[in-house]
Amino acid sequence: MEAKTNAAPIKKEGKEGLIIFVNGPVIKASNMRNFAMREVVNVGPKKLMGEIISMDGDDATIQVYEDTQGLNIYESVTGTGEPLSIEVGPGLIGSFFDGIGRPLDSLLETEGMYISPGTSVNMLSRKKTWEVTPITNVGDLVTGGTVIATVQETPLLLHKIMAPPDIEGEVTWVISKGLHDGGTIVAKLKDAFGREIPIPMIQRWPVRTPRPYRERLLPNEPFVTGQRVIDGLFPIAKGGTACIPGGFGTGKTVTQHQLAKWGDAQVVIYIGCGERGNEMTDVLEQFPVLEDPRSGRPLMERTILIANTSNMPVAAREASIYTGITIGEYFRDMGYDVAIMADSTSRWAEALRELSGRLEEIPAEEGFPAYLPSRLAEFYERAGRVVTLAGENGSISVIGAVSPPGGDFTEPVTRHTKRFIRCFWGLDKNLANARHYPAISWIDSYSEYAEEVNGWFCTNVEPRWGEMRDQVRQILAEDDKVQQVIKLVGEDVLPDDQRLVAFTAFLIKNGYLQQNSFGSDSYSPPSKGFEILDIIMDFYQKSLALVRKGIPISLIKEDESVDAITHLRELAPEDKEGFALVRKRIDTHLDRVATERMRKLGGE
Amino acid sequence: MANAEYIGVKDIEGPFVLVENVSGVGYGELVEIRDSKGRTRHGQVKSLSEKATLVQVFTGTEDLVPNTTKLRFLGKPLEIRLSKNMLGRTFNGLGEPRDGSGETYGGKKVNINGLPLNPMARQYPKDFINTGVSAIDTLTTLIRGQKLPIFSGNGLPHNQLAVQIATQAKIMGSDDFAVVFAGIGIKHDDAAYFTQELSARGHSNNIVTFLNLADDPVIERIATPRMALSTAEYLAYDLGLHVLVIITDMTSYCEALREIGVAAGEVPSRKGYPAYLYSDLASLYERAGVVRGLSGSVTQIPILTMPNDDITHPIPDLTGFITEGQIVLSRELDSRNIYPPIDILTSLSRLMKDGIGKGFTREDHPSVSSQLFASYSRVQEVRSLAGVVGEDELSKNDKMSLAFGRLFEENFLKQGKEEEREIGYSLDMAWEILSTLPRGELTRISLADIQEHIKKIQ
Repeated sequence: MEAKTNAAPIKKEGKEGLIIFVNGPVIKASNMRNFAMREVVNVGPKKLMGEIISMDGDDATIQVYEDTQGLNIYESVTGTGEPLSIEVGPGLIGSFFDGIGRPLDSLLETEGMYISPGTSVNMLSRKKTWEVTPITNVGDLVTGGTVIATVQETPLLLHKIMAPPDIEGEVTWVISKGLHDGGTIVAKLKDAFGREIPIPMIQRWPVRTPRPYRERLLPNEPFVTGQRVIDGLFPIAKGGTACIPGGFGTGKTVTQHQLAKWGDAQVVIYIGCGERGNEMTDVLEQFPVLEDPRSGRPLMERTILIANTSNMPVAAREASIYTGITIGEYFRDMGYDVAIMADSTSRWAEALRELSGRLEEIPAEEGFPAYLPSRLAEFYERAGRVVTLAGENGSISVIGAVSPPGGDFTEPVTRHTKRFIRCFWGLDKNLANARHYPAISWIDSYSEYAEEVNGWFCTNVEPRWGEMRDQVRQILAEDDKVQQVIKLVGEDVLPDDQRLVAFTAFLIKNGYLQQNSFGSDSYSPPSKGFEILDIIMDFYQKSLALVRKGIPISLIKEDESVDAITHLRELAPEDKEGFALVRKRIDTHLDRVATERMRKLGGE
Repeated sequence: MANAEYIGVKDIEGPFVLVENVSGVGYGELVEIRDSKGRTRHGQVKSLSEKATLVQVFTGTEDLVPNTTKLRFLGKPLEIRLSKNMLGRTFNGLGEPRDGSGETYGGKKVNINGLPLNPMARQYPKDFINTGVSAIDTLTTLIRGQKLPIFSGNGLPHNQLAVQIATQAKIMGSDDFAVVFAGIGIKHDDAAYFTQELSARGHSNNIVTFLNLADDPVIERIATPRMALSTAEYLAYDLGLHVLVIITDMTSYCEALREIGVAAGEVPSRKGYPAYLYSDLASLYERAGVVRGLSGSVTQIPILTMPNDDITHPIPDLTGFITEGQIVLSRELDSRNIYPPIDILTSLSRLMKDGIGKGFTREDHPSVSSQLFASYSRVQEVRSLAGVVGEDELSKNDKMSLAFGRLFEENFLKQGKEEEREIGYSLDMAWEILSTLPRGELTRISLADIQEHIKKIQ
């Protein structure tokens, strides 16, 4: 090894900086006046990837996306000339990237089981070939967003190769139909100044810049999730935003997985942000095997995974949600409905806090930087239903998990997130303890989309949809009050109509709201949920009439036909006869109770 | 090696020394420090700037004289030498032999910080470990490759439970099994208990022990779990063993992190712990798992004592967000003499959903466990009601629920410290207890299962 000496730094000419300070993922470099703010740089001999986050005179502060162990003072920093960007194009679907868009399968091949710092690989393969169908012709006028060619990326997804948003021109050459590799050019344009613009199959986009669209639309179509508590009580619209806050073990990740599996979207992007490695492996092993309930194809054919697990470098965790939403916007621009699961946005906020702490910024609440709310707003506002540049409708729905410390919903991340989302699915510790999944509280949760999407449900599922939802929510709200009384005096002393409310709520909770995440009940179409509720509410109305006639509730509820209500979810959605049979047996039971009682009363 | 030696340091504060005019030093590099009497100790570069280098000294800065202290930067991170000979040995928190049997030779040297495992290299853990403890096997199933901590409190029998799991886990006793035990800031007696019990009840030659006792230097506690996990990874992925890592007490580790963070003048976060506590804990806990194509596995059972039994304290809170579940011990059950005093409602095993049921344990396992949780959760509600209105005033169903609760705690939960139960036995016992409840309460079990199992019992 070379002897270490006190060599004075040699100031380099041109665009090369020198490291002068290292503290974990934050470093400082001097001689940085020729670099751009937010430019991506290569740090040290291993060329670690970093991003300039502030400029101060001759010096720049850089956050490094990889482990900085071993970095030396006076090692060099070189520029790449562009802000943090990712590649978009065929090959995204079914892939698994880290927070800064490196494909984990290629890393596994080249680096082995561990991810070592300083590895750079192309995000998308240039060698893989695709069957390309040109859509435009020579002489066509092309503007940003125009589809140039298509590739059937998976049986579930037609990938449209578009002209980048900011260009315009006349097509002078277009690719031939047939097999082409990813590195190819699909068309050449001539712009107004006569310059030639090549349009490559694989394009780049800076992740912190939202992709443009023509116009925003109001969301009025539901994002059907197959989860009864969500579709039935707290629906989310396509293009909507929702958050799932909950302490550890309340089932945030399981719920997110369920939505990623069964949600009604053409592209699903799952961002594992600062979470467990095994959870990503779980998705990776399950999704190629599980079938999309609508098409019967493997779920992986519409899914993209992004993982920056909790033990991967913290700065890349900060970048991961931007990487995810940029890919989402790219597919939205093709006119698709995209769903993004961000698990967990708290880890992203904590990454901000950790970096802010290393920068010695003045903290606002609980150590979080003062710009936390504006960053959250920027992220959630990238969701929405829009008319794309090409004139089609596309949407991005964002569902963010929030992990409040100690399960306390008043902490800054939950509180600020609530300002920017319109659908709140609060997870309840007590429900989770009783293994009532999904543990979405029917008291704390809300959805601002319920009214807007009601029309769709009434037209496509059942005209009485909204009416039923109101009735059920009323029973649950009444039950909440009744339960408080029960806690004080016990159930036996309550009047029978209140006991009936409590019992009906019991049926709703255990027969409708509770849903297994595995097995046949994992995906429950809205029609099945409605059928269950209809049976329960029918039972309630008929029993209420009996209770009002003075028939004791114990006679009403103690029967095998009533026990069967909480097992209705075991039936297949298309098993109409099964549901009809339960309905008939309940009616028979109630009729019998009524007539027996009448006879008794008559006899007295 | 021709590494230059620097004489004299500028500042000494807590566990840190500040050195000026040093160049060519890497972030995180290992430093050899010699005091005026020529004794050596080690340190690590904590931060670097043009003017000064901050070095964190393991074993503390006592006796260091600013003018005569000599530093040699070794050009490499903190490493541990790993070999097969480590089995059966005891080391201190820095990986030096503590049992007087001399250095271990051969093998390979690795950076104790490890590298993040590519999530694609992982294999999803599914192999059930029969621990012989009913509450764990049935309700918070331990899976090979899982990280499942025990959340305990001072004075609760977490050590006994950890030993029982380690000795009864079915893979114990076979040749391809090893235990790595890391004691961080623990009492002499606790350390002795672990080593004696594990040796007496298992095979003393498949245990590797790292001990940083309560009176050992605080700063070494940062290295201790990393030494243990590097060893575990070596045993698992290089030698193909199934390794169970027991780390106790994670609370001491976090306290050490806070102490060092404050001494370094970092901006503190919740309760004074550093903002990177989550990332730091994750860099330890995530070193559990199974790697595709390799035969070994690393299963972690970290033990932490919750300060004031508060589960929302940052240490258990952040741990729970990283680990795949938790086993929570209850002071209330312990005071009623129920061993193991596992509070099943707040306990959880996240990996259990894919490791139980048909083909793994028994087909009825998922629904039985779900029902036990639901019913026992109702027991708690009824108990608080009984506390208000009195047991006599309860409804018939509520009284049945209370009776179920007693049966569950006294028969199912409670078992001997050396009693081993097969999973089938535990499940049958669960059915027997569940059959005392009214049928309408069994909402988690399918009608078909109720028919089959309850009929058999009645």
